[in-house]
Amino acid sequence: MDVLELKKMAHKVREGIVTSIYSAKAGHPGGSLSAADLFTYLYFEELHVDPKCPQMQERDRFVLSKGHTAPGLYAALAYRGFFPVEDLKTLRHVGSYLQGHPDMKCVPGVDMSTGSLGQGLSAAVGMALAAKMDQKDYRVYAMCGDGEIQEGQIWEAAMFAGHRRLDNLVVIVDHNRLQIDGRVEDVCSPYPMDEKFRAFQFHTITIDGHNFEEIDAAFKEAKQTKGMPTAIIANTQKGRGVSFMEDAAEWHGKAPKEAEFYVAMEELKKAGEALCQ
Amino acid sequence: MPISRNLNDLPRIATREGYGSTLAELGREDQNVVVLDADLAAATKTCVFAKEFPDRHINCGIAEANMAGIAAGLAASGKTPFMSSFAMFASGRAYEQIRNSIAYPGLNVKIGASHAGISVGEDGATHQCNEDIALMRSLPGMAILNPSDNIEAIAAVRAAYAYKGPVYMRFGRLAVPVFNDRSDYKFEFGKGVTLREGKDITIFATGLCVVEAIYASEKLAEDGIDAELINMHTIKPLDEALVVASATKTGRVFTVEEHSVIGGLGSAVCETLSEKRPTKVTRIGMHDIFGESGPALELLHKYGLDAEGIYKKIKVALQSD
Repeated sequence: MDVLELKKMAHKVREGIVTSIYSAKAGHPGGSLSAADLFTYLYFEELHVDPKCPQMQERDRFVLSKGHTAPGLYAALAYRGFFPVEDLKTLRHVGSYLQGHPDMKCVPGVDMSTGSLGQGLSAAVGMALAAKMDQKDYRVYAMCGDGEIQEGQIWEAAMFAGHRRLDNLVVIVDHNRLQIDGRVEDVCSPYPMDEKFRAFQFHTITIDGHNFEEIDAAFKEAKQTKGMPTAIIANTQKGRGVSFMEDAAEWHGKAPKEAEFYVAMEELKKAGEALCQ
Repeated sequence: MPISRNLNDLPRIATREGYGSTLAELGREDQNVVVLDADLAAATKTCVFAKEFPDRHINCGIAEANMAGIAAGLAASGKTPFMSSFAMFASGRAYEQIRNSIAYPGLNVKIGASHAGISVGEDGATHQCNEDIALMRSLPGMAILNPSDNIEAIAAVRAAYAYKGPVYMRFGRLAVPVFNDRSDYKFEFGKGVTLREGKDITIFATGLCVVEAIYASEKLAEDGIDAELINMHTIKPLDEALVVASATKTGRVFTVEEHSVIGGLGSAVCETLSEKRPTKVTRIGMHDIFGESGPALELLHKYGLDAEGIYKKIKVALQSD
């Protein structure tokens, strides 16, 4: 997919996010939208996956350690063909397989159940270790939040991954600078993030997480990095693509009301149309 | 089955030994068996596996939460991981990781928890986990095995391996009498073992308390109290049919465990009986208290979990009925 196609797909993913959260009347738009370009790149360019065979043994694995941004993952999976896009509207409804946080038991394409922050990266490390033990070529990707890395378990996992030189592991930090209670540096600063990961024996790459050329270059560099895992610090904007949600902590975890929903969808539609001209 | 020999002459082996030796056997039989530890390999006995299969023994360092997550990732990739630590840290430190990363997705992770209960001894209360069964029992889909001697420990590890889904196995530090060395010994997952048939009372015991309850029941017999003794090596799923049948037969129930009376075997038996066959139950165990430092046998005596303590508690309870 070329950059223009990726940008168009990212708009669809954003529409899916806003639509599903509006339908659920609950959810986390801010961190789903900030990572929308990353989700799009992963599922339409990077990951070796097959929607017709979600359990394919040789597939790349993706673990959404920041599980509350499931709407972004679900939208990418749906547009990639893992399940009907129409089902996104069942998010968080009683009886739906689209749980508030990803459930690997029932969502095609979800490789790990996550939601309790700090835990997903350890599971991703276990998957990367399994690949090494079995001498398999598949790669493992985990996405963490910049608030999530306040969890100590993240650094237990990072220490282990660096110690074991798991170069088949890529950690993506969605650095949108906001968590529920405010700016990450005000709540409990995780900075410097890149130096921390380097101290844990990671190769680090810092990019604009909304720039597909930079995203593409970073994942290619990660693939070429041997002997150590890679951490990609993706600088993003929380709520990206919906003007009133951008860089606003209050949109971390609430659904748009009807009028807000229509404004948001109109904005995304116009931005999408602009890409087609 | 009557226990008619002198139990004092039996060899003593800690159940964690059976965990270690059986892991090594499973390692030879199945390439997918991997063992995780958190810097306690010598104590949990996973060192036996590590020596033979260094590439499949994953020492996670002192990081139990991460170990649980790595075990989940390994299980999701087709491995059969046995994660090992002391009961305190396996069930306590890593509780939420076990809940959300292992039990919720129903991953095939086996948790080998050694050094359970007050028989840890000298290390004291911080290391004496009397709450692990309660924690693990509350998790949907989690099976719990608590073997009574080394022979049962070996059988329990094999049963856990054969079972598809998460299993918590509880082992001890203390060397305890090996009494299950009978030719007809058979471990059935989820089934209690009637060691002694009786008509007056039923004693449901688990773990190292089983052998103590054997002594106690023999002493009770001398007083004319005919106790039925049942070894509950599987705490979950509980053998409810056997609990109800024996309670119906004797009409008076005692539970004995090296664990808090809150949430353990005693609670499980009470829950079953209160719903299906209301029966008076006396729970013998740790009564909402922490342990303390001291030699294991002295602690078991102080807290009334040896044969004499069990015997006395049953006598006192029956006198006040």
